[in-house]
Amino acid sequence: MKFSLSWLKNYLDTTASVNEIADTLTAIGLEVEEIEDKATALQGFIVGEIKTVEKHPNADKLNLLTVWTGKEALQIVCGAPNCKVGMKGVLALPGTNIPKFNEVLQKGVIRGIESQGMMCAEDELCLGEDHTGIIELDTDAPAGTPFVDVLKPDVVFDVNVTPNRGDCFGVKGIAHDLAAAGLGTLKQTDAAPVKGTFKSPVSVTITTPDCPVFVGRCIKGVRNGESPDWLKQKLLSVGLRPISALVDVTNYFNIGECRPLHVFDADKLTGNITVRSAKDGEKIQTLDDKEYTLSDGMVVVADDKNAQSIAGIMGGIDTAVSKETQNVFLEAAFFEPLSIAKTGRALNVESDSRSRFERGVDAMATVQGNENATQMILDLCGGEASELVIAGQVPDKTRVIAFDFGLVEKLCGIDLSENQSTAILEKLGFVVDGTQITVPAWRYNDVFGPNDIVEEIVRIAGYDKLPALPMRSSDIVISTLTPTQKREVAVRRALASAGLCQAVTWSFMDSTLADLFNSKKVMIQNPIASDLNEMRPSLIPNLLSAAKRNLDRGQTGVQLFEVGPEFFGVQPGQQRMVACAVRAGTTHDRHWDDKGRSVDCFDAKSDALVGLAAAEAPANAQIYKQAPAWYHPGRSGSLTLGKNVLAHFGEIHPKILAAFGIKVPVVACEIYLDNIPMPKAKSKTQKPLKASNLMPLSRDFAFVMDTKVEAAKLLSAIHSVDKELIQDVRIFDVYEGDKLPAGKKSLAVEVVIQPTEKTLTDEEIDSLSRRIVACVNKNTGAELRS
Amino acid sequence: MDTLETLKPDILKKIEEADSLTVLDDIRVAVLGKKGTLTEMMKTLGQLPPEERKMAGQTLNLVKTEIGDALDAKKKALEEKELEQRLATESVDVTLPIRPQQQGRIHPIAQVMEEMLTIFAQMGFELAEGPDIEDDFHCFEALNFPHDHPARQMQATFFMQDGDGLILRTHTSPVQIRTMEKKQPPIRIVAPGRVYRCDYDMTHTPMFHQIEGLVIDKETNMGHLKGVLVDFMKRFFEVDDVPMRFRPSFFPFTEPSAEVDIGCSRENGEFKIEAGKGWMEVLGCGMVHPNVIKNSGLDPNEYQGFAFGFGVDRFAMLKYGIPDLRSFFDADMRWIKHYGFLPLDVPTVTSGLSLNGGQKR
Repeated sequence: MKFSLSWLKNYLDTTASVNEIADTLTAIGLEVEEIEDKATALQGFIVGEIKTVEKHPNADKLNLLTVWTGKEALQIVCGAPNCKVGMKGVLALPGTNIPKFNEVLQKGVIRGIESQGMMCAEDELCLGEDHTGIIELDTDAPAGTPFVDVLKPDVVFDVNVTPNRGDCFGVKGIAHDLAAAGLGTLKQTDAAPVKGTFKSPVSVTITTPDCPVFVGRCIKGVRNGESPDWLKQKLLSVGLRPISALVDVTNYFNIGECRPLHVFDADKLTGNITVRSAKDGEKIQTLDDKEYTLSDGMVVVADDKNAQSIAGIMGGIDTAVSKETQNVFLEAAFFEPLSIAKTGRALNVESDSRSRFERGVDAMATVQGNENATQMILDLCGGEASELVIAGQVPDKTRVIAFDFGLVEKLCGIDLSENQSTAILEKLGFVVDGTQITVPAWRYNDVFGPNDIVEEIVRIAGYDKLPALPMRSSDIVISTLTPTQKREVAVRRALASAGLCQAVTWSFMDSTLADLFNSKKVMIQNPIASDLNEMRPSLIPNLLSAAKRNLDRGQTGVQLFEVGPEFFGVQPGQQRMVACAVRAGTTHDRHWDDKGRSVDCFDAKSDALVGLAAAEAPANAQIYKQAPAWYHPGRSGSLTLGKNVLAHFGEIHPKILAAFGIKVPVVACEIYLDNIPMPKAKSKTQKPLKASNLMPLSRDFAFVMDTKVEAAKLLSAIHSVDKELIQDVRIFDVYEGDKLPAGKKSLAVEVVIQPTEKTLTDEEIDSLSRRIVACVNKNTGAELRS
Repeated sequence: MDTLETLKPDILKKIEEADSLTVLDDIRVAVLGKKGTLTEMMKTLGQLPPEERKMAGQTLNLVKTEIGDALDAKKKALEEKELEQRLATESVDVTLPIRPQQQGRIHPIAQVMEEMLTIFAQMGFELAEGPDIEDDFHCFEALNFPHDHPARQMQATFFMQDGDGLILRTHTSPVQIRTMEKKQPPIRIVAPGRVYRCDYDMTHTPMFHQIEGLVIDKETNMGHLKGVLVDFMKRFFEVDDVPMRFRPSFFPFTEPSAEVDIGCSRENGEFKIEAGKGWMEVLGCGMVHPNVIKNSGLDPNEYQGFAFGFGVDRFAMLKYGIPDLRSFFDADMRWIKHYGFLPLDVPTVTSGLSLNGGQKR
């Protein structure tokens, strides 16, 4: 909401400075977003009087002027065609900042002649767009007078009015708030009722509940010329183009008093006016030169033939006033905010009138609104007013709230006496009668209950008076995070420790790519972009896209992870928390002692295990060689507890990589944090350490077996031989190749034996070895390699 | 015994002249070995008459000790010399780079959320969560957004294609409702999470992060709200004083409502907390609207409290001088390495919130 200082002063008698006004506005909830003060930019410019005009000796189109500054005569080169002796203009002396260029003017030499200043055009001062000549001042002010003293530019405030404050979409409402805050007194500006001299020839009928009251009046014999300067300046200051006196008057009251009005050219109306619901398909040409097709339920103001305005939103072109207009019908009505909002949205039409009606204008000021506008039309355009035509009934928009003044302190901790609170409310227009408080009609859409009244009191008293109180100490919180949330934190830190960089990517993605990841088609109706139209079914695709972007920037290896939701249904809660790590390309850059390699399945398995361990997953998860379709079928696996899948890991399927345009190997793991069972509550005390004094010893075995036999089977067979003595089994070589028959592989293991009670004899060690070989053979069919 | 007198200097000389451990050991064997000269002499002691035997024995032992000491000393000297020679040949170029070690990073959003939770934990807040896809009731209706009211258009909403009235939550405030539905007061929670708005330009992304705070009991008032926020700002920005301004504002779900500005300057892209240089709006808050309490199944005549909400990403940008919101979601490794945090940068109460984890490599 924009308004100028002089407009404000129409309603508010105040001596406050611009800064005081701005600070107060912000402090009472009308946040000032910008103050436009042209005076600041025009500092330094003075009135200069042209004493002589001669042709520039070296240039046809340039003049050589002598300009009097009030102190001295300066020689100035000027190209403007309108220079003449005796003319006063705006003079910039060297050192003055020129707003258009935001540069300080220097003395210059133009075609060999020194120019000691500049006579300015409108555009150079950012006062307009005109550059056809220099500004010609019509002033008695002597040369040397500061230009701002002649121009007296208005200060324009731009205030962010919150949607609840319909009343402050009028300058008067803002003035009222400022007066309540002690920044002056509200002026009485309402016109006395105009006595009609004849009965309006146009009558009004209302047939829709969305228009409770319509106040009309004919004014005959008007002359619709240009508005006077004061009115044009006001409208221009807030960015409105003056059109004609009649239109300008309606705009003036719309902005000034939040009172939307409309004037019809009475001679263009056919018969009488009906405020009715539009017919489906009914068309109207409006003032913005557009045609709208209306539908049932939208309110129109119609004559006996057609709809002549979209009620409360925009007038029709057929009955618009023009220079020739002689007789008008002036409308001041009240339309229900919801109806206006619905129509405005459906037709996608914005107007100052719509934005005010949908936030709620003062329904009870409809008659006065018409009177005020009538008076101004009579003042500016002459003419003769009819009696008022009132259709419907002014609705009662007063509300009485029972209020306990103790609530101010209970809710806000601020100590204000009942007298102080009452004084604030009364200044705001509330009527206080003991504990019964009557809300003024212009606040009907905002103040509903006791909390709202507290806000009124406290915001005017000042939020800076709120004490800053410490929170009551509550029961000691042992942990702010739930176990699930703690896991998230731990997994994040663990994966970062494993060398991965945490990414945060969109929750949505391209549905064509989502199809490759078991998509559940959780689609967004109005996506921000066509490739962000589906809630992601997996974290992998967005990380693959990210990997691709990083590879395209020349990274040889990518290490990324994300912890976030994936979606498996459209209902709230159909999402699960997943930690996903993606590695692409090489493990690291070449190094003199470690040449690096392409990432493989075991990098992903490692990330999965690191994440699971950080999440305190049970250590006995089984590993299965199966994973979703987006993994390489032979180089991927799952970690499960029974049917409960804790994680998938492996190489990404080459077809998927092709779909993302990635040409290097990529591995990934997905850890389903919600699937990890909570560890049983256990004692914080650790089991005592059993450290043997006896030396451990180790024995190496090489087993040959079918390639299909899984290493895990071999390991568990060896462990099962003696759970106490066999402390560790380490696979230190895997061989498949020429030296073995086809379909066979060799696994070499080191078995670490930890004697518990006494040193083992050679016989005992041999016996254990034999049992290991036998057990392995029985479980896996493997033989010792000869 | 004459032999001994001549033998001793001879042996000591040989020891002195030995130039390697092998030569020295040969001397030891020749003198003190099983068949060494002195060992042989010891064997002859038994043949002497008892009165001489004692004397000769003593002399012989003295010589043996002397030689033994000389051998030990020489051995030590030779060993040291040998070690020196070996070390002289052993040398590496210590300027060669170490073996590759990857250093991962925590994303600034996650880091800053942890920082915030650390602060709120100290004030007795617990963490709550809610779903990203929400229904109209929890996201708007229960929060006192009237149907068709312009306030609904304040937040550009993503709608789901299927499912009547389902949307992506535009703010974390629905967690207020979900918490009050489940839990009896006293309630003191914070709820961080992803939120979504249909908006994408220089300063807006279609997804960002908010943290919501809610306190409901019988006596918490707006003064407590101010106290919590003043305290939070100081602790979060890790400065003694943060200039703050509480302004009246409007949110359908709070009454009275406020917006909070902090005093700051921005010069050459650097953000600094200071007074007198202008204000920046950082959060919205207020006393929970009685309708919201009622819609959540609690009695507004009995309970009251406050709520606040602010942008996590925004606070991360301010605190750590990160210029572009959009870059948060780009997963550019160079950006994450630069602005991200080390795994050991864990915010704690004891060592302060930020940057405890050492140097980035």
